[in-house]
Amino acid sequence: MTATLERPAPARKRTVTPARIALHVFLVLTCLMTLAPLLWAVYASLRTYEDTSVNGYFSIAKSLTFENFAKAWEIGDLPHFYWNTLLITIPALVVTLLLSSMVAFGVSRFSFKFNIALLMLFTAGNLLPQQVIVTPLWRLYRLIVVPEWVSESGSLIDSQLGVILIHIAFQMGFCTFVLSNYMKTIPYELTEAARVDGASVFRQYWQLTLPLCRPVLAALATLEFTWIYNDFLWALVLIQDGDKMPVTSALQNLKGTFFTDNNLIAAGSLLVALPTLVVFFVLQRQFVGGLTLGSTKG
Amino acid sequence: MTAVQEKPKAVAPSGPPPRRRGKRATALAGTDKLVLALMLGIPTIVHLLFVWIPTLGSVALSFSEWNGIGGFEDIEWIGVGNYVEIFTEYPRFWPAVQHNLIWLVFLLVVPTSAGLLLAVLLDRELRFSRIYQSALYLPMVLSLALVGFIWQLIYTPDGGLLNSLLGLSANPVDWIGDSDINLYAVLVAAAWRHTGYIMLLYLAGLKSVDPALKEAAALDGASSAQTFFRVTFPVMKPVNIVVLVVTVIEALRAFDIVYVINKGRNGLELLSVLVTDNIIGEASRIGRGSAVAVVLLTISLGFIITYLYQVFSKENRT
Repeated sequence: MTATLERPAPARKRTVTPARIALHVFLVLTCLMTLAPLLWAVYASLRTYEDTSVNGYFSIAKSLTFENFAKAWEIGDLPHFYWNTLLITIPALVVTLLLSSMVAFGVSRFSFKFNIALLMLFTAGNLLPQQVIVTPLWRLYRLIVVPEWVSESGSLIDSQLGVILIHIAFQMGFCTFVLSNYMKTIPYELTEAARVDGASVFRQYWQLTLPLCRPVLAALATLEFTWIYNDFLWALVLIQDGDKMPVTSALQNLKGTFFTDNNLIAAGSLLVALPTLVVFFVLQRQFVGGLTLGSTKG
Repeated sequence: MTAVQEKPKAVAPSGPPPRRRGKRATALAGTDKLVLALMLGIPTIVHLLFVWIPTLGSVALSFSEWNGIGGFEDIEWIGVGNYVEIFTEYPRFWPAVQHNLIWLVFLLVVPTSAGLLLAVLLDRELRFSRIYQSALYLPMVLSLALVGFIWQLIYTPDGGLLNSLLGLSANPVDWIGDSDINLYAVLVAAAWRHTGYIMLLYLAGLKSVDPALKEAAALDGASSAQTFFRVTFPVMKPVNIVVLVVTVIEALRAFDIVYVINKGRNGLELLSVLVTDNIIGEASRIGRGSAVAVVLLTISLGFIITYLYQVFSKENRT
């Protein structure tokens, strides 16, 4: 691609048409407008309460400080809530990818009568609005007994395991769909040959197919991290003890603590957004790739 | 993706040789069969147990009267009473339906056209294209709950950005508190996040359009606008359907942002809020909440089936 594009490039540069300039101006303005809310939050978070309460938010800052971030970190007990999120996100992410890759392997490498039906079930499940599931799930969780060391309530309600399980069950739909589409593109001869050589089904899956799926798995991991991290509803409903909330749902608690201090809220919001922003900047290709894979097929 | 589609046709024969299928299945050794059954069975059971059984549970409970806390013996079956109630008496139901509809129409019009426009503009050899794309995608990674928090800084009546920019500081508009306008204020914030996603879908869609089609149209003397509306856009039908489904589902799911702002009251009622209110709010009427959930389910199923048809009919055809 790049090699062939090399030559026409200088020619194009010379023809800077007014239309091109207009296009760039439009795009720059659009991008600035898109970034404005975030930049505004950054600006507000760097100012002191005294400054903004006297001069208003729409003014030149007297001084900039990271004080609000330190305060939000401490008052909001953010390390604790980050840890809660980590406890939910990582296991949910790993198990989701593991289980959905198994289903995807099964339906894409072997032919059963119910192949497509199974895949449809998972795909449809992922598209349901969560509110359709949430009420009976909340009740179901009170019925499922788990040992005390897993959950103090003795059932799945109010336990992080419960939130992990619904993430796994719900997110599996999307991952199965994307992974099965990808696995279908792996030449069938590959597993066929392995089978002839006597490789078991599990080896065909674990040692042959999964390594080939590394790019999709990376893309899905990036996406799922963001989605599970961003979850608000499941934890809000299924966890009652505020102490166990993941950081996104815990923001709700912070609001009360910070009531009028918008600067502090801005700092808190940015701190909560930070992990997803970092993932986005570092793994943007995977993030975009995952979404594209999931949706443009067919 | 379309090119890649070709291969599985040879790989997974769904048409002619059903006999070979049978043979292949029997060729599996006993342990392999067991392993495969477990690999498919365990995830399916997890998915059914936590997703589909509760969905059916919602349908069942919608015909009952129950506070959800007592045992199952407290459930009183009352037929379609809940539906009659939500359609005729429940004062928050129709406003919520209306808000969800406005939500849907707004998302279908504003972010979809903006996303499509941006995708068309960016789908060319362009300097800084990557930077533009990154900036436009950025809001997508934020949770809707966070979007709610961030936009409150813009809308707040005392010294918020919007009132200051509009010169309304002396006579501030309460963008979030005024029930006539707060829905639209929230929708702008939701659209802010949604546009990047639509743009991403259309960019991928535009890339998959065969350039020969556009060239042929150009050779026939079509203007670029004609080429787009008569050739490119119709060819992107699969993407359009995905965008439609994604947007509908997004509109039906909308919850976090209004909950963060004011728990979904005072002009921000949504169907999702009416459902959740029965578990974490004060309502505690599982039956009525479930009836609302079934309304959500019915609407979404229509679109889910459209989507499944779009995606899977291709595989059946081959």
